[in-house]
Amino acid sequence: MFNILDAQFIAPGIKRFILEAPRIARKQKPGQFVILRIHEQGERIPVTIENSDPGRGTISLVVQSAGKTTQLLNSLIAGDHILDVVGPLGKPTEIEKFGTVVVIGGGVGTAMAYPSAAAFKRAGNRVISIVGARNRELVILERELRSVSDALMITTDDGSYCDKGFVTDKLRQLIDNGARIDLVLAIGPIVMMRAVAELTRKEHIRTVVSLNPIMIDGTGMCGGCRVLIDGKSEFACVDGPEFDAHKVNFEVLVQRNGMYRDAEQRSLADYQRQTAKRTAVHKDEEQCAVAQRSER
Amino acid sequence: MSLAAKKSINPLSAKERIKVPRQLMPEQPAGERNHNFEEVNLGYSPELARQEALRCLECAKPTCTANCPVGVKVKEFVELIVAGDFLRAAAKIREDNVLPAVTGRVCPQEDHCEGKCLLSKKVKPLGIGYLERFVADYEQRMGNHAVPTVAPTGKKVAVVGSGPSGLTVAGDLIQKGHKVRVFEALHELGGVLVYGIPEFRLPKQIIREQLDYMREMGVEFETDVVIGRTLTIDELIQEEGYDAVYIGTGAGLPQFMGIPGEHLNGVYSANEFLTRINLMKAYKFPNYDEPMVDLHGKDVAVIGGGNTALDAIRSALRLGARKAYVIYRRGDAEMPARAEEVHHARQEGIDFQMLTAPVEFISDGKGWLKAARCVRMELGEPDASGRRRPVPVEGSEFDLPLSVAIMAIGTTANPIVQSTTPGLGTDRRGYIQANSETQRTTRQGVFAGGDIVTGAATVILAMGAGRRAAASIHDYLQTGQW
Repeated sequence: MFNILDAQFIAPGIKRFILEAPRIARKQKPGQFVILRIHEQGERIPVTIENSDPGRGTISLVVQSAGKTTQLLNSLIAGDHILDVVGPLGKPTEIEKFGTVVVIGGGVGTAMAYPSAAAFKRAGNRVISIVGARNRELVILERELRSVSDALMITTDDGSYCDKGFVTDKLRQLIDNGARIDLVLAIGPIVMMRAVAELTRKEHIRTVVSLNPIMIDGTGMCGGCRVLIDGKSEFACVDGPEFDAHKVNFEVLVQRNGMYRDAEQRSLADYQRQTAKRTAVHKDEEQCAVAQRSER
Repeated sequence: MSLAAKKSINPLSAKERIKVPRQLMPEQPAGERNHNFEEVNLGYSPELARQEALRCLECAKPTCTANCPVGVKVKEFVELIVAGDFLRAAAKIREDNVLPAVTGRVCPQEDHCEGKCLLSKKVKPLGIGYLERFVADYEQRMGNHAVPTVAPTGKKVAVVGSGPSGLTVAGDLIQKGHKVRVFEALHELGGVLVYGIPEFRLPKQIIREQLDYMREMGVEFETDVVIGRTLTIDELIQEEGYDAVYIGTGAGLPQFMGIPGEHLNGVYSANEFLTRINLMKAYKFPNYDEPMVDLHGKDVAVIGGGNTALDAIRSALRLGARKAYVIYRRGDAEMPARAEEVHHARQEGIDFQMLTAPVEFISDGKGWLKAARCVRMELGEPDASGRRRPVPVEGSEFDLPLSVAIMAIGTTANPIVQSTTPGLGTDRRGYIQANSETQRTTRQGVFAGGDIVTGAATVILAMGAGRRAAASIHDYLQTGQW
């Protein structure tokens, strides 16, 4: 049983949880994740660890509502608890002094990119961060990222905040301006990571992406999270989640992540019907949080 | 026939004993059970058990015990059944085996105790597994097992993994007075007994009862801890103060064949397929959240011929598969699965495609499996395993329409503990090096056993390793000598 000490929406549909998990807090490194199960009938899902506070024995998770489980998770509040949380899982981001590192966060992937950016900075790298989001409201961790980056660029799909466009536009600009880039770390939607990989492949820039396949145990037992790397099966939970972007078969990842789409939609529809009333309340809460945020 | 010198309470002569037929195990009818997850074997009644027990020849040098990886005193517990003292029979087994209700169900007795039974030279061997299961279940029904009390030694042992090997170590060491804590990576205890072996062969309730008994004895359990990630072996010793650690983390990463199309949707590893069903209850979707492919009316095949393969395909049949195939590249004689499981699977209507192997999985054009391209095999010269090597028959290719294929062709070593424990020796294949007598690793105070040392094997072999390790750990804790 893991207690939720704090839970706040940081953007519409994106919630940050502060969770009591002293053992995980002590070990967590950038790039790692947890697997959680909310209740006895729940599924096991991997969730991004944003940060940890070993002193307080807490970890912070950032969750975007998508399917039933993440919607249910985001309905939890301080004082609630999560039945199972296991981690930190996966290999940490390889942190070294590379020179100039471009850290790209797309949507909620920014939450996982942020601790790596901070670690790259601490290791003496010049860190350029690029954040992409659908719109202004979905830009998260701007202040935090700015504090650990030598430069921060933001794009929104609809142009409602900063520059209209995609993260690859900014990366292209950097390259065209002759910036020397030693490493790119890209974490976000598969389409974004694939686009980054295609761009840097041509430029011969070493690029790492963090993959998010369907997972069950997360300890190398079930093989559900297998990804095709350079034509060979690897397991995201023990061999990853970070891989050389130029070796990843993104097409297979997209295909395998769609394996349960029908079931997921059915699950979500059932859940939303059952909780139509409660969902309305949470919408209010979210809007409230967003309103407060824009006041700041 | 060498009867023991001691006067036997068995009223039958050796000749009469041989004439008593092996008592059949009552079973759920094949046509019913292939639609449900209830147990296949229903268990002996006290009458059947006593009748079967009468068959024991009470050898002076029992080969059954000598061939049992944990050394169960078969002759003695069987004699207690003849005497009608079922509870003492159970206690007698417990002296050597902490999980009798489990091994009575899943142990390949033909390879161990029953395989060497003297009776089998003339007739069928004594039903040792059935008898073991009977007394274990009887004890459970009576709710009457004694919890031994022992003086605490003040020593602490950490057990990594709550599968059969780890539970054996925990059960043995708690009875020596050591404090034992078991760490489990998953949210449920039991390891492969829970995520791997299906309900119809080993009901989860049986495991829960065995775990309750261990808790009563004082064993502590902690779930959701991945040793190597959440805590390291070194932290267990240096920071949490454990005097010894046993690593029983079990089978590792599932293997794939490396043939085209293995990444198609609908191609599972057996571990994933069974985990979704057994651990996550995906077949109860949407009441449980974890989904799986709906198998109703679908054609399903498992690739492989071991117990895991049969567990997977028999589960698929129970979940509504229209056709359920076993595709195995060798012949009947080479199949590693337990004889009783093969027999049950045939009864249930599983279609065995022997001497056959897939060479490619074919897509429906939308990312889903449509068929397996297979080739027939013939057996050539023996290979490294001593079994005859399968060789493809030229021009024998054919396509088998399939919606789901389950790969059950073995596992490779899980690297998490090894890669986070400096100085822990591994073999060429990445398994942990441990002495085959003492189960000691290359690190002082650290022991290992089961699949993480040997590669995928059986529940009873893992328990045997656990037994040796427990004795060796006890020895180390007493003497402090490495």
